[in-house]
Amino acid sequence: MDSPLSADVAAARDAGLTRVAASVTLDELAAVDAEVLGKKGSLVVLKTRLGSLGTVDEKKAAGQALHAATQAVTEALTVRREELRRAARAAQLEAERLDLTEELVGPRRGHAHLVTQAWHRLEDVFIGLGFQIAEGPEVETDFYNFEALNMPRSHPARSGFDTLFTDYHGPLAEEGTVLLRTHTSPVQIRVMQTIEPPIYMVMPGRVFRRDTPDATHMPVFHQIEGLVIDRGITMAHLAGTIDAFTKAFFGGAFTSRLRPNYFPFTEPSAEFDIQRPDGSWIELGGCGMVHPNVLRAGGLDPEEWSGFAFGFGIDRMARERHGIDDIRDMYSNDIRFIEQF
Amino acid sequence: MKLVLSWLDDLAPGLAPTGTDPQPLAERMTALGMQVEEILHVGATVDGVITAKVLRTERHPDAAKVHRVWVDAGDGVERHVWCGAFNMSPGDVIPLATPGTRMPDGRLIEPRPILGIDSQGMLCSARELGLGDDHSGILILDGATPLGLPYGEALALRSEVVFDVDLTRNRPDCWGHLGAARDVAARVGVDLAPGPPPLAPTGDARSATVELVDGERCPRFTTVVLSGIRVGPSPEWMVRRLQAAGMRSISNVVDVSNYVMLELNQPNHAYDLDTLGGHGFRIRLARDGEQMTTLDGTVRTFTADDLLICDAHDVPIGVGGVMGGLDSEITDATSVVALEIASFEQTGITRTMNRLGFRSEASGRFERGVDPYGIERAQARFVELLRETCPDLVVHDGAVDARHESLAPRHRTTPVRVSQVNRILGTALDADSITGLIGPIGYTVERVDGDVLTVALPSWRTDSHVEIDVVEEVARHHGYDTIGTAVPNSTMHGRLSPEQLRRRQLREVLLGCGLSEAITDSFLHRGDLGRAHLPDDAIHVTNPLQADEDVLRPSMRVGMLKAIAFNESHRRRGVQLFEIGHVYPPGDRSTELPPEYDGLSVAIAGGDARDAMALWREIAKAMGFGARVDQGTVPAGLHPTRSATLSLGKDVVGAVGEVHPDVCDAFGVDERVAWLELDLSRLLAVAPKIAQWKPTSRFPSTDLDLAFVVPDQVAAEKVDKAIRQAAVGLLVDLTLFDVYRGRGVDEGARSLAYRLRLQAPDRTLTDAEVTQVKDKVVAGLAKLRAVLRS
Repeated sequence: MDSPLSADVAAARDAGLTRVAASVTLDELAAVDAEVLGKKGSLVVLKTRLGSLGTVDEKKAAGQALHAATQAVTEALTVRREELRRAARAAQLEAERLDLTEELVGPRRGHAHLVTQAWHRLEDVFIGLGFQIAEGPEVETDFYNFEALNMPRSHPARSGFDTLFTDYHGPLAEEGTVLLRTHTSPVQIRVMQTIEPPIYMVMPGRVFRRDTPDATHMPVFHQIEGLVIDRGITMAHLAGTIDAFTKAFFGGAFTSRLRPNYFPFTEPSAEFDIQRPDGSWIELGGCGMVHPNVLRAGGLDPEEWSGFAFGFGIDRMARERHGIDDIRDMYSNDIRFIEQF
Repeated sequence: MKLVLSWLDDLAPGLAPTGTDPQPLAERMTALGMQVEEILHVGATVDGVITAKVLRTERHPDAAKVHRVWVDAGDGVERHVWCGAFNMSPGDVIPLATPGTRMPDGRLIEPRPILGIDSQGMLCSARELGLGDDHSGILILDGATPLGLPYGEALALRSEVVFDVDLTRNRPDCWGHLGAARDVAARVGVDLAPGPPPLAPTGDARSATVELVDGERCPRFTTVVLSGIRVGPSPEWMVRRLQAAGMRSISNVVDVSNYVMLELNQPNHAYDLDTLGGHGFRIRLARDGEQMTTLDGTVRTFTADDLLICDAHDVPIGVGGVMGGLDSEITDATSVVALEIASFEQTGITRTMNRLGFRSEASGRFERGVDPYGIERAQARFVELLRETCPDLVVHDGAVDARHESLAPRHRTTPVRVSQVNRILGTALDADSITGLIGPIGYTVERVDGDVLTVALPSWRTDSHVEIDVVEEVARHHGYDTIGTAVPNSTMHGRLSPEQLRRRQLREVLLGCGLSEAITDSFLHRGDLGRAHLPDDAIHVTNPLQADEDVLRPSMRVGMLKAIAFNESHRRRGVQLFEIGHVYPPGDRSTELPPEYDGLSVAIAGGDARDAMALWREIAKAMGFGARVDQGTVPAGLHPTRSATLSLGKDVVGAVGEVHPDVCDAFGVDERVAWLELDLSRLLAVAPKIAQWKPTSRFPSTDLDLAFVVPDQVAAEKVDKAIRQAAVGLLVDLTLFDVYRGRGVDEGARSLAYRLRLQAPDRTLTDAEVTQVKDKVVAGLAKLRAVLRS
């Protein structure tokens, strides 16, 4: 004779719970799930016997018992599943332990040239001060490099520039009139000739001197030059602009001063020095009020417009920032140098 | 220029009294534009250096360059010193720097052992004590000098404070002590001492004649004859000052000549009248090829642009304003001299100096500009000083003053507007304050006419001509530091131009791709272009630093290959470099300037043409560059079967591929080099289209992998295009993921495997739709003779 349904339900439930408890892998647990609660599972098949029960009450009681058993097993499965999953993840995490200092070669960024880095930093500060950027040719005419800058043919200051001349000349020009620009100042004239004032421009670029390379000189180096032309521009504006640049570029604790100097293209001319917070001075560059002859060469009326100009070396900025004591290293293109910055 | 402080104080009493701290004065001078580079104490006694007598010397068998010297410093203690000079003998009195002495150059004297034997100090040369340049041996003092004395006391030394001043071109006056004294005295507020009594003849007429043949180059030439001269030593004070200013004492006459030059910036020359041919001078340009032996013993050849001083018989005896001839010097026997003081045209002096490659104290001054009207004072001063050692000096009547019409007038004026001064300086000065600022330095305001001042320019400021020159003088004496600061009220907006912005973006892309930036030389060696298989038509520098390094680069390729070779030689293979910079092709020489342009070059050592193409694609995508890849034209110097030109319309704007292996060999590069070059002037000038948003589909996508056997003649680019055409509308991504040549694929063809990602914006694709796309692609490729691989 068949055992009563209630006893079979209890037995199936107990067997199921025992197997759930005994499962040690998620796969095992899935098998238990199928075998107890699946289509032909040991609890599910007992449902078919409900119909053979006599009374409605009996059916109801047995149905409830079966439901309770199913729930108990389902719950046990859920709990056990969570336990096993946690254990499995914990084991996985432990197994994946990695010494992060075992560093293999990874992606490498490229390195911008130090001159470019300084160049961009300077441009950005001047942009913040309201300047735009102008550029010009590196192979220049004698006119733009000297003559328009108040240095006619016989001007003695020309000899101080150690100019490199080229054999290039256009059909109309004399030989020896095309040279490698010795400073960025020719761009001043080109800007004046092409842009209506007000002019607030900085002009960075490569310049050339006939200098034998040594620790502090290269025949090829970089300058940045500023030009402001507007109505009512005075030397106080020059001093104020140099000071604003000083604070923006070096820091608020730095100050600047002007002291008399001489350049053919500005008058009054000045040297500008920057004072570090510790009181020491850096001689930075030259500046001055644009000479009336230079304004005229640029096609501007010196009675209507006035302005100032300033300039200094870019390479030196990079050199001092990074403590490079030999400028030649900056141009060695040695990857061991480039990758340091 | 070395300025001796006591000398300045003589000229402007109270300016620098002996014993005051020189630092504030140095700062004032710097603030006036006479930059004091260094404050020197010439002839200062050095504490710890005492007189001592050499007892005996001895060589040590193991020391070749030094010997042992025993000295007595008067205290009877025998001290042992190692010494590298051998010019002393027992009995000589010498200066001994005892241990603990700080030398003028900063060195600390310590008992430093050599071969295990201590040295109880150091014996000093004149230079080591700051007493001049003599470093040929130990300074030997008078044998009667007491021992153990501080050597300064033993020598009765008086030290001089000297400013080493860096002078700018617009301050010719400061090449004499008087000019510097005048400038700083005005600032400090002390008066100048009166000059010497004017020159007055004390004897009969005796002249040295002057014939100004080429006066444009010598606007003024003066002579005065002086007799009763006895050549001998100079007074001690003059020797000391000259030494402090960096000059050696020669004799009383030469010293006075130099002294006048250093004091008044008036170079001058005393000729022995008895040996001066024809007792006169003739000033003329040289004949081309004419020769003369100059003071330094060199035979020099002149051109028709060099000015010569000749005697009255036309025999050259000096180069005008530059240097004297070998026989122009006075001798011990000289008793009558012709004192010559002249003024020379500045630019001519420069040309002659450059031609001769020679610069003298005189020529440097004439080049900058000497006061043509300072001559009278210089003559008077010369006589005043020489009388100290020659009490019987006679100034003869008959002084000659030859002038040429090109001589600048003594009285020069310029109008200066008060309003212009303030407009340039941002000041609020009035006529009175301007007059007060520039009057003491010789700029005399002669008339005030409303806003306009008539300012007389001092003859010693040969650099001063127009209004703006005076504005600068006002600024200097008002003080650059009191001009104040203001920020311009600009209406301009600071920004990069679109091209500049794009160039920065390009740099970021390159850096992100792992490339580092090089800056290679703008100058190439002769032959470099040939080695690079590039056309050797280039611009040359006519005065290069290195004779064979005179080619201006028309391409960055040479520099990049050299950089790669350099890195390979330092065991850094695989470097990836780029450079953005100007290149200077000569063009057809039809324009005023060559067609210089801003270029980009990329070299990837160890990379191949595929890497170059991949980089080009990435750059083109990032920057919106729309250039065409044309493998039909091989750019010069690149790999003939692995390179292409990049063109925009009809113009070539770049090249991509690999460097020709022969070129790599020629530059000693042993890796393959992937190459990309672009003309940024062209490419950055084109504003790229701004990417417009394309909605991404929410529906699932399907990947379709298809491999085709494609004949080698058919470019993958065409296959790519055909696939895109066939699958248009549903294709969202296409990648070539494999290229295969070999077994299973016909000779002369390769297999190209593509992955097509298909996706519709509005639905999930059905299998039928995917199959349809596949069929269309296969059909489309059939036209290219590409066959689907099964």
